[in-house]
Amino acid sequence: MDDKPHWLDQPRNVKRLWHGFLVVLALTVAAEALVPLHPHFEIESVFGFSAWFGFLGCAAMIVVAKTLALVLKRPDSYYGKRDD
Amino acid sequence: MTDIVLHPGLVLICGALVVPWLRGTLRAVSIVALPLAVLALVWQVPDGPAWQTRFLDYTVTPLQGDKLSRLFATIFALMAAGGGLFALGQKSRVEVPAAFVYAGSAIGVALAGDLITVFAFWELMAVGSTLVLWSNGSEDSYRAARRYLMIHLLGGVLLFAGVTGHIVQTGDVAFTRMALDSPAHWLILIGFLVNAGAPPLSAWLPDAYPEASWSGTVFLSAFTTKTAVYVLIRGFPGTELLLWVGLFMVFYGIVYALLENDMRRILAYSIVNQVGFMIAGIGIGTEMALNGAAAHAFTHIIYKALLLMSAGSVLMMTGRRKCSELGGLFHTMPLTTICGTIGALAISSFPLTSGFVSKSMVSQAAADGHLQTVWLLLTAASAGVFLHAGIKFPWFVFFQKDSGLRPAEPPASMRWAMVAFAFLCIALGVWADPLYALLPYAVKYQPYTWAHVLTQLQLLLFSGLAFFVMLPYLKRTLTITLDADWLWRKLAPSLIAGAQRPLDSVKAWLGASLHRFGSDLIAMAVRRYGEDSRLARTWPTRTMAMWVLVLLLGYLVLYYV
Repeated sequence: MDDKPHWLDQPRNVKRLWHGFLVVLALTVAAEALVPLHPHFEIESVFGFSAWFGFLGCAAMIVVAKTLALVLKRPDSYYGKRDD
Repeated sequence: MTDIVLHPGLVLICGALVVPWLRGTLRAVSIVALPLAVLALVWQVPDGPAWQTRFLDYTVTPLQGDKLSRLFATIFALMAAGGGLFALGQKSRVEVPAAFVYAGSAIGVALAGDLITVFAFWELMAVGSTLVLWSNGSEDSYRAARRYLMIHLLGGVLLFAGVTGHIVQTGDVAFTRMALDSPAHWLILIGFLVNAGAPPLSAWLPDAYPEASWSGTVFLSAFTTKTAVYVLIRGFPGTELLLWVGLFMVFYGIVYALLENDMRRILAYSIVNQVGFMIAGIGIGTEMALNGAAAHAFTHIIYKALLLMSAGSVLMMTGRRKCSELGGLFHTMPLTTICGTIGALAISSFPLTSGFVSKSMVSQAAADGHLQTVWLLLTAASAGVFLHAGIKFPWFVFFQKDSGLRPAEPPASMRWAMVAFAFLCIALGVWADPLYALLPYAVKYQPYTWAHVLTQLQLLLFSGLAFFVMLPYLKRTLTITLDADWLWRKLAPSLIAGAQRPLDSVKAWLGASLHRFGSDLIAMAVRRYGEDSRLARTWPTRTMAMWVLVLLLGYLVLYYV
């Protein structure tokens, strides 16, 4: 069954998935115009709040993690060699 | 309805002692059927005290039912059944019985009406879980089990001190809501929090759980932390401290999971993260928040077990655990990939999965309470869950680069366990009413509004975008990240080694001086009392005669004076 490459292994299809993903992203933001959101807080009524907050929040968490890693990262044999 | 109510937890524990003697089909059937029978027994427990007896001048209630107890006992029994099915092929004869003792004790805690019973089952849980860890049989798991037991015995001691203090002060053993108004209650809270994986000792969890066998971690993920969530809901609802502890755990879990390379350690950190959501909910303390915490514990046990089942399948079939050595497994493990991905979507609270209907109640409670900062942090953390568990886990294990590994799917029992739990993840997400009916308070919450679905999709999909955009920063390396376990794995041993050296020299000096003093003493004794010494000499008669002469002369002199 390995003779035929999986459709996910073809770069063309991966590119298609990416395009599809970007279209869906755009649609979720655009749909905000149609759906009343009932914000609980002022900041939620900023357009596309969940989208940019999610993106920036994740970016911030990655930056924090990488910064912490500068201090706390060690080789994985730090506590002695594993026996697996 | 009979008057005799069996204790579901004790039935499971006693059954566990029989399982090691069974073989073949009988063993397989009983491993799955026993927890299901226990599940049926859980539903026989009536509201209010079912067992009461006198113990040390106190009325203890080893068995007591209400909605909250039943919810947790139900999911613990369900989990024991699913975990048992998954572990049918486990070679170790100890693991499943130990896991059943562990699960039975967790059910015992959930159905306990007094603090003495809570403590007894609490400690039995530590024993059962340590045996699960130990039964893996490797040197690493043995060491990890020792560290794990050390932390849990510490937690147990704190809890015992707290319970004793509480009983002395109040004269009451009933397990009810407590306020942080005495050292005893603080000790109880700390004892509970140790098991919840709260800071500063949270490192015990990611240190220990990934060292269990491919099936052991599935059991371990379910009971200890969620029992802690249960006792916190019952004992300390609305304690503000818990809100901040929970928020810390949420972000701690995300940050460490992002840096982790071991697939099951990623999921272990994400347990801390998810329990953080529950504890934050308990800290908010409204009915909505407590319902959310309880519901999230229920759904979390299922999807976390599912995630760890998929990771366990990968570990069993490939013998590898590091993300840097995995990838491309979707080619030959499509079912495991799909089930793992469903678990990943559920943990991320994707619409139509169980996480969506449970976690959102905690966020909703924060919004209802106008806690803007808390709400913003919880929302950012929800995005972070998708980042560290929702995408990172399936991406690095099943997709990313092709590792060239072409393992087969795991055996049928493991596949069925995964399918069953994946089904539950979707079913509860699509039809939440049965779960909501089990919650401790009446549910006035509608998860599926257009606004909620849309904002959640935005949040998660853009988190996904952030993951792929920043993928170069998330590449796995052969590293670990130091955590608090460094304190007892490196610092304490090196301090002891450091203190050993001066101690050794003091000991040597003391030994030498004592030796010298002793030899001097002996030499002196020999001089005084030894052969030919003055005191050992035999005194001749002439000496006597001379002394008598001296005495008589003296007498004569005195007589004439």
